[in-house]
Amino acid sequence: MTTPTVTARGAAPTAGVPAAARPRYRRRLAQWGFVAPAVLFMLLFFGYPLVRNVVMSFQHYTPKTFFTGEAPLNGFDNWSAVFRDALFGKALWHTLVFTAGSLLGQFCAGLALAVFFTRRFPLNGVLRSLILLPWLVPMVVSGIVWRRILDQDTGVLNSFLDAIGLDGHTPWLTSPHMALLSVILVNIWIGIPFNMVILYGGLQEVPRELYEAAALDGASAWRTFRSITLPTLRPVITVVLVLGFMSTVKILDLILALTDGGPADATQTLGTLTYQNSFVRLDFGAGAVVGNVLILISAVFAVFYLRANRTEGK
Amino acid sequence: MAAENVKPRTRRRRWGSTVAGALVLAVMLFPLYWMLDTALQPEAGLLEVDPVPHRLDLSGFTKALDDQGGHLLTSLLVSLGAVVICLAIAAPAAYGLARFRLRGTRTIVFGTLITQMVPGIVIANALYTSYVDLGLVNSYFGLMLADASLGIPFSIVLMRSFMQSIPGEVIEAAEMDGAGRLRTFLRVVLPMSRNSLITSGLFAFLFSWSDFMFALTLNTTDDVKPVTLGIYQYIGAHVGDWGSVMAASVLSAVPAAILLVLAQKYIAAGITGGSVK
Repeated sequence: MTTPTVTARGAAPTAGVPAAARPRYRRRLAQWGFVAPAVLFMLLFFGYPLVRNVVMSFQHYTPKTFFTGEAPLNGFDNWSAVFRDALFGKALWHTLVFTAGSLLGQFCAGLALAVFFTRRFPLNGVLRSLILLPWLVPMVVSGIVWRRILDQDTGVLNSFLDAIGLDGHTPWLTSPHMALLSVILVNIWIGIPFNMVILYGGLQEVPRELYEAAALDGASAWRTFRSITLPTLRPVITVVLVLGFMSTVKILDLILALTDGGPADATQTLGTLTYQNSFVRLDFGAGAVVGNVLILISAVFAVFYLRANRTEGK
Repeated sequence: MAAENVKPRTRRRRWGSTVAGALVLAVMLFPLYWMLDTALQPEAGLLEVDPVPHRLDLSGFTKALDDQGGHLLTSLLVSLGAVVICLAIAAPAAYGLARFRLRGTRTIVFGTLITQMVPGIVIANALYTSYVDLGLVNSYFGLMLADASLGIPFSIVLMRSFMQSIPGEVIEAAEMDGAGRLRTFLRVVLPMSRNSLITSGLFAFLFSWSDFMFALTLNTTDDVKPVTLGIYQYIGAHVGDWGSVMAASVLSAVPAAILLVLAQKYIAAGITGGSVK
């Protein structure tokens, strides 16, 4: 495993026993006092919204609801309305393409960089930590900076392409055919540091002897990578991909900052559609429907994550 | 093997890697450079920007500070509040889950992992209606609470695994000396967990500082507007004034840059420790 914190897992938790004089239930009560606030908070801020979303998806919400407080149940009306809307299918497809494309790009670039940084060279540590910077900047800010860079007429990317003799008039964000690709590329840029750091940590754990043995056997670099690095790294790879999936599938701020879901809904995803339905069109029932679909997709991957987590922790 | 003993050829190759690494870094950081560069040439407006600012023009920054200074303060206040809430709730919980054999510990830890996977927009969707009922819309406290939810599960997982590594004897010794459970926690456990507290607090701050979604959805007026929301609305109104927009962006990215320089070891620990778990 990659961190000292993880190895600590083996240490069996020992109960605080000294106050033996006190009755047992009082001791338990005091102990629960430590945990209860967090449990309460998580029930209110995660448990309740999950339940509430399901209920809301069967309610008729209008802007009026906020004054009258009345949101009558309307069965599957919201669901059928959302599913019948062609935009839902589009958003679902965009979500899948956006997530898969982002993950693939982030992972490959992150792994390449992680492998590169396992070399020993001067300033390695400084360069490695500076690469984190894009990941730390608020996503909405990154989105806005890229929006400027990708501007069709005045953006620096097109001027650069012009200067080296390529097509310098690409409508990166304004053409429905290009926009999703551009958004994916920007998200890859955002995700590279995270992938790199975790994969780099995983690479540190690959036993040196394996590489020495491979070198003695005269294995090529590619063969060593395929037969030693990748298999040893597999648990870390699973975690990186699942966590990457979790954070990518719900991205909202980046897309809003870059394209606002446009042009012509070309970058509308389940996340932005939930937002549009609820907070722009003020139809919270429809928003809840899309949100529930998003949760369902996340839940499938949560199972993967917990599986991966379990096989590793034990 | 120390670098001095290396043969000249190998050493040259090593510096070659440094050059390659610097090139990669330059490409990765280019957008951030461009943000700074544009910010320093406010009058360039919609025209193309010089690759290097010829003379420093700080008027973009003064304008951005005028327009966004208040929102920066809001961000700072909300983020610090979120950090306090997050640590106050997560640290005792992490200790309880690491130390006491409570029934349901496994379920709670499991639940903590699950919560990290709930899409924020889904939470906002349900939270908004309750916030309206509770009068928490457009309030600092409401936003702090929502932002704290971004850091709490992460902090519990991170601090719990750290606190599990504290030797049981140390805690038992403290309790033998007559310190109560709470005192042991405050005087012995927390100081020993300093690093994991800093890492958790740092990430709670970063999560909250970067938050856009709760800021966007849980506020309907301009009363509580963090800088992420401020900039987003800024481009709507000032799309011709990229100098000021970029200056505001630079200002909003400054805390991240400072934290990276001051606390890189905690950040690296947080990214790996908090997520690989």
